[in-house]
Amino acid sequence: MSVQKNKSRMGFIIILPSLILIGIFVYYFIFWTIRTSFSNWNSFSSLLRGVYKYVGFRNYERIFMDPRFQTDLWNTLFFTLFFILGSVGLGLFLANLIDKGIKGSRFFQNLFLFPMAISFVVTGTVWSWIFAPGNFPNDPQGLNLLFKKLGLEKLQWMWYTSSESIGHFNLALIAVIIAAVWQMSGYIMAMYLAGLKAIPEEILEAARVDGANERYIFWKIKMPLLKPITLSAMIVLGHVSLKIFDLIYAMTGSGPNNVTDVPAIYMFELTFRSNKYAMGSAISVIMLLMVAVIIIPYLYSSLRRGVSS
Amino acid sequence: MKRFVFGLIAILLVVSSVFAASNDLEIFSWWTGGGEEEGLLALFAKFNQYYPNINIINAAVAGGAGTNAKAVLKTRMLGGNPPDSFQVHAGMELTDTYVIPGLMEPLTNYLKEWGVYDKFPKDVMKIVSYQGEVYSIPVNVHRGNVVFYNKKIFKKLGLTKEPTTWAEFFAAMKKAQEAGYIPLALGDKNKWTLTHLFENIMLSMFGPEDYKGLFDGKVSFNSPEMELSLVLLERLIPYFNRDHSALTWQDAGRLVFEGKALFNVMGDWEEGYFKTLGWKPGEDFGWFAVPGTSDAFMFISDTFGLPKNAPHRENALKWLKFIATKEAQDIFNPIKGSIPARIDADKSKYDVYLTWSMNDFATVAVVPSIIHGSAAPEGFVTSLNDTLNRFLVKKNISNALRDIMWAAEDQGYLTE
Repeated sequence: MSVQKNKSRMGFIIILPSLILIGIFVYYFIFWTIRTSFSNWNSFSSLLRGVYKYVGFRNYERIFMDPRFQTDLWNTLFFTLFFILGSVGLGLFLANLIDKGIKGSRFFQNLFLFPMAISFVVTGTVWSWIFAPGNFPNDPQGLNLLFKKLGLEKLQWMWYTSSESIGHFNLALIAVIIAAVWQMSGYIMAMYLAGLKAIPEEILEAARVDGANERYIFWKIKMPLLKPITLSAMIVLGHVSLKIFDLIYAMTGSGPNNVTDVPAIYMFELTFRSNKYAMGSAISVIMLLMVAVIIIPYLYSSLRRGVSS
Repeated sequence: MKRFVFGLIAILLVVSSVFAASNDLEIFSWWTGGGEEEGLLALFAKFNQYYPNINIINAAVAGGAGTNAKAVLKTRMLGGNPPDSFQVHAGMELTDTYVIPGLMEPLTNYLKEWGVYDKFPKDVMKIVSYQGEVYSIPVNVHRGNVVFYNKKIFKKLGLTKEPTTWAEFFAAMKKAQEAGYIPLALGDKNKWTLTHLFENIMLSMFGPEDYKGLFDGKVSFNSPEMELSLVLLERLIPYFNRDHSALTWQDAGRLVFEGKALFNVMGDWEEGYFKTLGWKPGEDFGWFAVPGTSDAFMFISDTFGLPKNAPHRENALKWLKFIATKEAQDIFNPIKGSIPARIDADKSKYDVYLTWSMNDFATVAVVPSIIHGSAAPEGFVTSLNDTLNRFLVKKNISNALRDIMWAAEDQGYLTE
């Protein structure tokens, strides 16, 4: 018993430094951001004076009334939706192709995984060149130039500089979503590939002996077994997309009429360009809550699973 | 115990020697590339000729227009760790952020003591002052209200006279459009270039006196000229290149350089950019003041100030005295491609464009730029950027006017 106690005390001492650091640099700063978001620190001098004046939810009210922030929320919603669908769909498709063991699958596996090793800033810059519309039809650039060379002028489009929208979905986001899916689908593929490799061959054999076709095996046997992976993939992609900043900042900026703007960019501009620290903090807190909404149920379920096993 | 004492003495010796040797001068700026850095280093070299014992620490932070540097500086000032002197745009960018909270030392008496107070134009001294005290010393001046044009296209279109009114400007743009050229190049991916264009339109509509009055509380934002400015901006939209929101100001300048576009409204750092591309001022490209603003000089200036509690205050004062001299200004500006803030500089050192700019600077009204931090606080600038960014797509004048009024009200400007 006392050995056990000693052991746990030792463990506690070992994790104490990181506990303190995380306590200060994560949780204390979260607390401080929340505190700031309820203050009147909307200029450099008020922040500097450091006199805390509680203003209730006024910063939040102003943020939610702001047409730019409303656009940001819609953009985040559609970006997250199509980014997750695209990455999971493409990742699953590629994983299945490679799992079938087509010729050179090892090569393709690495090829598809490679974009993940690149930073979002690089991806954004390169795709901003690809989708740069140029002054088409006379003087197109990037993809539009390719279309011209192929005689497909009809496909030329404004891409991420388009201010068209369907309902609240800004079509300019399509270009950004393609770039993001290009970057992350390889990673999702790797996750699924690991999952597929972990499915025991016997189960699949048994199904085949029972006369199940490949489609049935995929949807009724593989997919249910891959469910935890799909969930993890959605969590990973979800928190990337809710916090996205670098890809969009490098690729398009806010875009005309904020068609590709997201909360993180607005937060950055409010805080570090306009000195409106309290309003910037309010956006940070809203972003934290959005991420928490998808992370906490996941943590809860995985924690419960850990306890029951 | 003995060991401890020796150790203590050793530490004390090291510490004291560090202090004795620290005859430093830390200069903070965002001049890290091209002519800017070269100019700064030339200044340092000259400074060290006069003060060979001062060790200059070049605390430059990279990033266009100082966006990164400004954030770093704010953090340092907040943390009570100011540099000895730092680069800042003249006017509200310094006043609103650092002077009003009481972080800067006034320099008026020093300027008078050094005998340079009256060497700068009065309008300039007014821009760098708050409640009658000067807080920073301008080193260089750029002009914002300039249209640059491709001379070859200009000739080809049969144009002979540089437009001075908007009517002539529109006529020239129409000709360019009919001939298949982009009439007016714009690259507003980073938003500020649109506001840069708009403040020049405002200047032409309000005129220099009333434009200044907007920020002195003498003229209301709620004036018909404000609406006229938006109307004019809307009339310009069909003449932009259609991919303007994918481009930066350099990309827009390149459209003129590559013979695709006729005009571009930009600050005169574009002149330096064209020169690095190999163009000759006056031969390959021409320039004129934005229509209706030839009686004004949209003033953009980098200045240096003295923060309170500067660690090496004496050296900082030496630095400030140095950069206020004619000699220092004539070293720095020809390299950077700007003009000196002093009116008695040596004109023979500057090219044909800069001489034109110097002549105007000495004679016409100097007005502060909004987008480049002189006229209004950063919060107002961001709101204006946002409003115009929406306006370009929505073209809704009443909404844009309302948003501008809100932003002006936030800053306590006249809106009645």
